[in-house]
Order: sequence, then structure tokens, then C-alpha cells
Amino acid sequence: MTVSGTTQYTPSEMMTVTAARALTSDMTCFVGIGLPSEAANVARMTHAPDVTLIYESGTVQTKPDILPLSIGDGELCESALTTVSVPEMFRYWLQGGHIDVGFLGTAQIDRFANLNTTVIAANHPESGKQGAHSYANPKVRLPGGGGAPEISTNAKEVFITVKHSKRTFVEQVDFVTTIGFGRDGKGRDNAPNIGKGPTVVITDLCILKPDANTKELVVTSLHPGVTREQVIEATGWEIKFAENLESTPAPSEKELIILRELKERTAKAHSA
Amino acid sequence: MTQFMTLSEAIATQVNDGDSLALEGFTHLIPFAAGHEIIRQQRKSLTLTRMTPDVIYDQLVGAGCVKKLVFSWGGNPGVGSLHRVRDAIEHAYPCPIETVEHSHAAMANAYEAGAAGLPMALFRGYVGSELPQANDDIAWVTCPFTGEELSAVPAIKPDVGIIHAQKADRAGNVLIEGIVGVQKEVVLASKRSIVTVEEIVDSLEATPNACVLPAWTIDVVAVVEGGAHPSYAHGYYPRDNNYYKQWDAISRDRDSFNQWLESHVFAKGDA
Repeated sequence: MTVSGTTQYTPSEMMTVTAARALTSDMTCFVGIGLPSEAANVARMTHAPDVTLIYESGTVQTKPDILPLSIGDGELCESALTTVSVPEMFRYWLQGGHIDVGFLGTAQIDRFANLNTTVIAANHPESGKQGAHSYANPKVRLPGGGGAPEISTNAKEVFITVKHSKRTFVEQVDFVTTIGFGRDGKGRDNAPNIGKGPTVVITDLCILKPDANTKELVVTSLHPGVTREQVIEATGWEIKFAENLESTPAPSEKELIILRELKERTAKAHSA
Repeated sequence: MTQFMTLSEAIATQVNDGDSLALEGFTHLIPFAAGHEIIRQQRKSLTLTRMTPDVIYDQLVGAGCVKKLVFSWGGNPGVGSLHRVRDAIEHAYPCPIETVEHSHAAMANAYEAGAAGLPMALFRGYVGSELPQANDDIAWVTCPFTGEELSAVPAIKPDVGIIHAQKADRAGNVLIEGIVGVQKEVVLASKRSIVTVEEIVDSLEATPNACVLPAWTIDVVAVVEGGAHPSYAHGYYPRDNNYYKQWDAISRDRDSFNQWLESHVFAKGDA
């Protein structure tokens, strides 16, 4: 979809801008590559200039002018306050309790915000699936957990941003790489010294938040022009909507200009 | 004492069939040239450890050098899958490989434990993840002081640790700047180590806290200009993002990969 004016915007732009708004200047954010990185930098370039962005490659308080293609691109180090080793990053900064928000993407997410980035169609004991595939013989081998399993438990809270589709929003993930609230929603109960887990999921259709008691994700806000039916159609479980369902504010002209300029600079730099 | 050798001599004298190897570098300073020399010398049955087995491990796996892969994130960063690794896992081509899968935190801690001479690493990890059910190298230990359950993984202690760095001085002391990853840990954790460098200089001109590996911690230094390409060397050359993008098409197909191997690694020897 080509959008020339700034009053029109794509669902992807809506998602990025909404995800960016979840961050504030006083936060320390451990940033995942891809959609979270795009949103985190839009936040820094708009309403949250002092947000502290940290990448698992060891770059602390980085202010890249273009989005990195990979998590350790030179741009991240050159624009950082300091760069530490990867063991130090995970031991002192993340496990040590210095990260407010872990910002993650995923390949699959379920109703309790568990994330799968490991394998598709695993015949996993806890998934209840019986098929030809297993962890050792998957239908699709995904990259794996990377930093996410410990970002999800050692950051004080977790934001997730992911495109909304039935392939992604599944009844039960095929493999829990990274815990949301566990397969029964109670996975964080009685686990000491860990963060409170996912507090918001931002998609190209809506905003979801976990129910205070059951921890099941419910839709709390629909993006402009999106219907309940669209969300139901794109979700692999019987999705619930909040009683006081809100309408997400549309992106501002400033947000759209900054996002588009960022993407343009990035595309130019990566094709050079 | 550090020995200065050519890359070819370094691999010939330090790397044996069946060894466990860690070629590290976190996006930055990935020792590609050393990996290609291992392929050229046709080492077999290697156990390869790496946090992010990216394109260099795709090439080593596709060339049939590998029997076991220990990793925490396997992909072509920002591009997609490692097709040669997937072909080996999913279809045992060119040979079957065993995989041991961790998270980044586990591997970073395991390298640090290896460098510290400990048998295992202890950390607050894997809470609620199903990775412990897929990996027998993940266990639980109760803190004797607080009663907290913590996860434990074996220390990583490779036979050979291989890294690339910006420069060494004439004594063999090594300077690494920029994203330093787990490079210092892998050298200190390994039985033998090879460091390829962009250049040898009279003086490192290192700031007091720069990542310097003293010569006596390193077995071999080999000068390989551009030895990290297509990854980057901070202060020397940028990341060749197009190489990573083009790799997707080359690696997707067995024939195009084998042609690439022949023309870029075996024939030219300058990939």
C-alpha cells in the first residue's frame, strides 16, 4: 500500500506508532530486533527523547539514527553511551534488575501471552498435539530463544508487538520458548524474584492486555476502522473484549513523518 | 608464548577432526576467514558452539564439517533462516547434526563460567520456558542460602576458541574495540586459541579499559586483513549487509550453495 499524505497511514504504521507510545522517557528498555526496535526508536525520536534503549549486543543508552539490520550493527555501538560485554549485559544489567521494560516480538503467541520462537508443529507433551512433528523433527525450525526467555522474566515488565493473524495468535503455542503467564495462566504465581510479565500486546489491529485475575489476553482498544469481527477472525482462540473497549488514537502527522523518515534512512543505508 | 602464523598454519596446527570449537563475535568481528580455512582443510565431526550461529556456521554445516551444534539463536540476522543448518536438521543433508539449544543468557553465563574455571554456570534463567525439556544440559540448583531455585548449565570449555580482532602488537597482545560480545571469555575458556587480526602494529595505543587480551593468554595470532568480512571490524570496515541478504538465495538451494563453496572457498580461497 502506498501512502503519500500524512493523514493516511497503513496498519503497520498504526502498530508501530501505538507500540512507540507505550514507552516513556523515564524507562529503561531492553529492545528486541525488528518491530520492537522500530517502535522503541520512534518513541525516542518523538515523545520520549530520554528513553534508555539497551540491546543485547551490549550497547547501553544507544541512539541510532537508522534501524539496525542486526542486533549488533555498528550504528548501535557508535551512538551508545557505553558498550559492555554480552555476559555483563545479561548478568548485571538484565538479571541485576536494571531493566524496566523488555520489548519483544514473536512468531507465535497464545491467550496467556506465552511466546514461541523455537519450532512450529512440535509434538510437545504439554501442547497436547499428536502429529508427525516433534521438537527434534519440526515442521518449521525457527531461530530460537535468543535473549527473550530471560528478558521476559528478568525485566520488570514486558511489552510485545506482533502482527495479528491466526497463524501467530494461536490457541496454544507449539512450544513455550518464553513465558508469558504459562500454559494455565499461573506460571508466574509463586515464582520469586521475577518481573510481572507481559502488560501489553500491540498489534496492527488492536491493543490487548492480560486480565487482572485470569491473565488471559483481552482486547482493550481497537485501532481506528478495525471491527471486532476482524480481530475475532485473526485470532486463533475465542478472544474476549473489555467492557469499556477504547478506540486507539490515530497516529499524528509528526509521528508518521518521523517513522517514514526513519524507515527511508534505514532502507537507504542498508541498500548502500 | 604467542606464535605468529599464517591462517593456514594456524588451522592446520590447532584444529583437529572431532574437536569442539567456538568461533565467536557478536555480529561484529565474526572470524569468517578462519571458518573458510577450516572448510578448505576439510575438518570433520566438529562440535561447534556459538551464541548466534549465523552465516559462517551455515557455511561450515553446509560443507559437512559439523556433527553437533550448540547455540541460542540460529538465523541470518535481519534476513531470515539459515537454510544449510535447517537442511541438516530437517533432512540430514549433507550429514545429520545434533543440536543443543540454550538461551543467550545461558550461553553468556556458560562462557563466563568456562573462563572462570568453574564446572557450571548458575543464573536466574529458563523460568517457565520449555527449553529445559528439550535440553538435558539444563538443570536446577537450590540456593543453600535463600532456597531459590536457580538454573545451571555446564561451563563451555572448547578445545579451540577462535576470534577476530582489530590489531595485535609485535608481542601478540590483542586489542578489541566496539561490541566485544563474548570474545574475551571464549579465549580464556578454551584450551587453545587463535586470534586473527586486521594488522600488526608497533603500539596498540589502547585506552586503559580497552579489551586487551595479553599475549600469554593466546596461542596463535594470524594476520588476515578483512578476516571478519562480511561482518564488520569497528574502525576498519562496515558490515556488508548485501552479502547477508544475498546469502539467503545462495543457501536456499543445495546446488547453488555447493557452487558457491567451490568458487568462493575452495578455488579462490579468498571468500
